Amino acid sequence: MKKRVLEVENLTKKFGKFTAVDSVSFEMYEGEILGLMGPNGAGKTTTLHMLLDLTTATSGTVKLFELGYKDARVEILSRVNFSSSYISLPSTLTVIENLTVMARVYGIGGAKRRKEIIDELMRLFEITELAKHSTRGLSSGQLTRVCLVKALLNRPEILFLDEPTASLDPDIADKTRRLLKSIRDERKISILYSSHNMAEMEEICDRLIFINRGKIVATGTAEELLKEYNEKSLEEVFLKITRSSGSDNKKAETGRA
Amino acid sequence: MNIQRILGFSTRYLYLYKRSLPRLMEIFYWPVIDLLLWGFVGIYLKKHQGTGPDIIAFFLGALILWDILFRSQQGISISFLEDIWSRNLLNIFTSPISQTEYIVTLLLMSVIKLILASTVMVLLAWLFYTFNIFTFGLALIPLAANLIIMGWSIGIITTAIILRYGQQAEVLAWGIAFLFQPVSAVFYPVDVLPGFLKTVAWFVPASHVFEGMRTVLDGNPLPLDQVFIAALLNCAYIMVAILFFNWNFKAVKRKGLLVKNGE
Repeated sequence: MKKRVLEVENLTKKFGKFTAVDSVSFEMYEGEILGLMGPNGAGKTTTLHMLLDLTTATSGTVKLFELGYKDARVEILSRVNFSSSYISLPSTLTVIENLTVMARVYGIGGAKRRKEIIDELMRLFEITELAKHSTRGLSSGQLTRVCLVKALLNRPEILFLDEPTASLDPDIADKTRRLLKSIRDERKISILYSSHNMAEMEEICDRLIFINRGKIVATGTAEELLKEYNEKSLEEVFLKITRSSGSDNKKAETGRA
Repeated sequence: MNIQRILGFSTRYLYLYKRSLPRLMEIFYWPVIDLLLWGFVGIYLKKHQGTGPDIIAFFLGALILWDILFRSQQGISISFLEDIWSRNLLNIFTSPISQTEYIVTLLLMSVIKLILASTVMVLLAWLFYTFNIFTFGLALIPLAANLIIMGWSIGIITTAIILRYGQQAEVLAWGIAFLFQPVSAVFYPVDVLPGFLKTVAWFVPASHVFEGMRTVLDGNPLPLDQVFIAALLNCAYIMVAILFFNWNFKAVKRKGLLVKNGE
């Protein structure tokens, strides 16, 4: 039986009268790559932020490793990590300095061990030659890879990725996805992956959750979704769901994935 | 609280000062300019004043002590702004570092910046004006400690406001300490203030510190009652500042503003 690492129950976020996330429930299992899809403003990033305790939920529960943030914030955040194409790292510092700081914050003790871990990850993401470059001088693609290295420093059991390949060119994006998959296979890491890129989601995710207007409107493997909506690509499924949003969708009513 | 995380995160700021000459200069630039300006004003006034209290000592002592307060406030606020400017907040708050550890890191940075700036000011004051701050003797310790804590309180409150209102509130980081300067009796005694401002000044810890400083410079012992009142006020204000920060941090997370300021 697969081990459940994330359990979300009736998660809701309201900003005033606007409901950004509406009673969302789903689980994620060890070693799973779970895709969070949806149009702009659908609520996927807000969901991600609540899962990371960056935004407080209006109601509902989030359990990671059967623990809640209220009682075990430090333990949870020591076992997960996050990367997004919308964040950065201090630009004045060099790549190696930034990664060293974050490694220390994650409690990776011993200069030698830190160096080994950082060197190995930089080699994997092909950014070894950038070690002594100022982060300011990096291209957005290079910066994304540095942020991904940061996200793997603590050998996380769950990785939260918000559009991680948005600023990468197709070749590097493809390499990055393959790398993430191989890291998942090797380390049994679970990845919650948010993206607009349907082809990417189809390629990398084991299971997909489609969010629209704050509710889960569809869920399943890419194959299941294609079959259910009788379409040939996820992009067409995406368009179909988006256009029919607000229609009588049983999954939307329950919000259950 | 985990010391390793605090020390680890402190290196982020130390690397910053190592790598950025403008940031490093920022620590020394204004203190040196202020010191030169007020030192020469003091010399000029002394020439015309003849005998009486050593006006240079009053100015320079006040200036060095004021800089302690100002630097301790800025050490927190500016370090926090560095994380906003570099879109680093989400990296911080998705890591195991707690908000308390983060604030302690900022306090540590304020002490380091303060030591650097004060060392240069003390040396220059001695070189240019033969003013030795250590003539205060042991009195310097409680006076400086009170100013540091008052600076921390202002810095923590400023940080909380910037967290809530984003970069539009960053002007506070540069100017908020000066809001307290007129009622801190830095360069003049509380007596010269009009009635209601005298009352306000009584509630400002710095005013008791600067009154104490002038008493010592006049050759009298440190007035312990002034130090005690300042310490009591500081205890109250630092607690209020921490409570305000925590309350505000929760509100910011509830409103989703941590993410907006972090991206």
